[in-house]
Amino acid sequence: MAPDSLTLRKLKERFPGSVLAVHSYRGDDTAVVKGEDLVSVARFLKEDPELQYNFLMDLTAVDYLGQEPFDSPQRVVLGSAQEGIRFEVVYHFYSLPLNQRVRIKVPVPESDPTVDSVTGLWAGANWFEREVWDMFGIRFKGHPDLRRILLYDGFEGHPLQKDYPLRKRQPRIGPQV
Amino acid sequence: MMDTQAEVGRTHDETMTLRMGPAHPAMHGIIQIDLRLEGEVVVRADVEIGYLHRAFEKHCENVSYNKCFPWTDRLNYVSPLINNFGYAMAVEKLLGIEVTERCKYIRTIMSEISRITDHMTNIGTSAMELGAMSVFLYLMKAREYLWELIEAVTGARVTICYGRVGGVKADFPDGLKEQTRGALRECRSVLREIHSLLTKNRIFMDRMVNVGVISQEDAISYGITGPFLRSTGVPYDVRKAQPYMVYDRLDWDVPLGSNGENYDRYLVRMEEMEQSMRIIEQALEQMPPGPYQVDIEGKPLEPPEMVDLGKLGKTRELLGVKLDLSPNLRGMDRPHHQLVNVPDKKVVLPPKELTYGNIEGLMQHFKLVMDEHGIRPPRGEAYQAVEGGNGELGFYVVSDGTDIPYRVRCRPPCFPIMAALPRMLEGGMVADIVPTFGSVNMIGGELDR
Repeated sequence: MAPDSLTLRKLKERFPGSVLAVHSYRGDDTAVVKGEDLVSVARFLKEDPELQYNFLMDLTAVDYLGQEPFDSPQRVVLGSAQEGIRFEVVYHFYSLPLNQRVRIKVPVPESDPTVDSVTGLWAGANWFEREVWDMFGIRFKGHPDLRRILLYDGFEGHPLQKDYPLRKRQPRIGPQV
Repeated sequence: MMDTQAEVGRTHDETMTLRMGPAHPAMHGIIQIDLRLEGEVVVRADVEIGYLHRAFEKHCENVSYNKCFPWTDRLNYVSPLINNFGYAMAVEKLLGIEVTERCKYIRTIMSEISRITDHMTNIGTSAMELGAMSVFLYLMKAREYLWELIEAVTGARVTICYGRVGGVKADFPDGLKEQTRGALRECRSVLREIHSLLTKNRIFMDRMVNVGVISQEDAISYGITGPFLRSTGVPYDVRKAQPYMVYDRLDWDVPLGSNGENYDRYLVRMEEMEQSMRIIEQALEQMPPGPYQVDIEGKPLEPPEMVDLGKLGKTRELLGVKLDLSPNLRGMDRPHHQLVNVPDKKVVLPPKELTYGNIEGLMQHFKLVMDEHGIRPPRGEAYQAVEGGNGELGFYVVSDGTDIPYRVRCRPPCFPIMAALPRMLEGGMVADIVPTFGSVNMIGGELDR
């Protein structure tokens, strides 16, 4: 197996207990980290002078309903996440000085789908987190304005959850004529 | 922050609430900006999006990999080819396959043609909103030359559905090189006219210079990419930073602005069109040649003759001979097919001669289009970024090993820019909303997906 990249090596050194798994499948460096350490990991990635991941390129989630997350056959497991994991929130960071990308994933349990918000570090996280709330029903602690963004108030359910029925009808909203 | 009650009280005498959109003529597509005005000054702006949400990502989770292509056309409908190729490259990365040389050049050329149409539409519409109707008409005329190229290659103008996992739908038609050169010549002459009409135009500059300013730090913090980021002076272009297709083999520059204002964004886009034309010209030169046009003696072969030659065992030459299929299959016959598609039988549909000509071809075709049989990337995930018209267009694809993608995420480049829009509007005048919003180049299809 190829040696880990600088980013993954530094992450494992700095956060030995909270990096749960790493892989570099198809060249994409990936680390799975514990939810409670997400903000400190993100701050470290952003502020460490050797890394400087200054762009939050993308923030999304995947619903692994009833399955173990299957991100890569090369996954190296370093620790075990808590029980009842359903979602993974996926962050794609890009470092302009390093010209590298890294993917950080946070397991989210079904019983309490909450992740700490990174809006304090990147202004762009605001809308991305609103979209994840809208589509997956994952709440972001510390978000200044967690409203639906693509759908409307009064929409029932979160459509990108795997158990959202494809043909579900929504109640009619607005003035009834 | 005042509480709502107090604000409502103030509204009466000092501030006014104005809802701009969702059906305002200057709203490209449908969005709404809730404005709080103090006289003509924007005190607060709140952007409401989602009017064009069509559940792109949910749809993709329910069909096989190749069936997602028509929907990617409808993300950024001004440069649909780039979306096609971005999605195709993400799935190819997941499969671990590399497309053929000729296919890479085709994708590069078509992406750049799309980028020019994208920038032309943007500059044309935003100039029209400032009163320059002739600029709009000239640019639409120039865009027509490029859309004729796109039509010649893909068979359609807007919803082209030309990308395929492992290749493209069809090879270039004959004579495309000359047609492209002619189209670029026309575009250059139109762009010269646009330069002379706009670049030093007093009215245009008054509306654009120092309007809609965003700092480098803010742009990076919002995750803004593309011409918008480059107008602030950050040299980030996916094509240069992490080259894909054949961008690293060509000689071109990344134009940069300095102030991050509307005028800089206009200049960056104008220069990028010129750079895209340079890329197209070089790529057309370097591109590996297409299949044989005729048989070994220089004349087109009739199918019965082919059979005769085949009986004599002269099959090697025949593989390179161009066949005339029906016009809607042009460019998809076997010699072309081999040049633009990967040879992987588990990924790419066979050429039509084989599908209709023998049982193996028919079975291969059948296995790929049947539900629960098609392309099956191994379990895993991949993120592939390409430079779209508005910036980094990323596709994040997760496979669970079946023929249906488990998750397809599109990172739309104008989403972060729209998130930053209030920052640029607040403190400015109402009239400045129009040029600033115009320079965002919001595309409803990719913003709301």
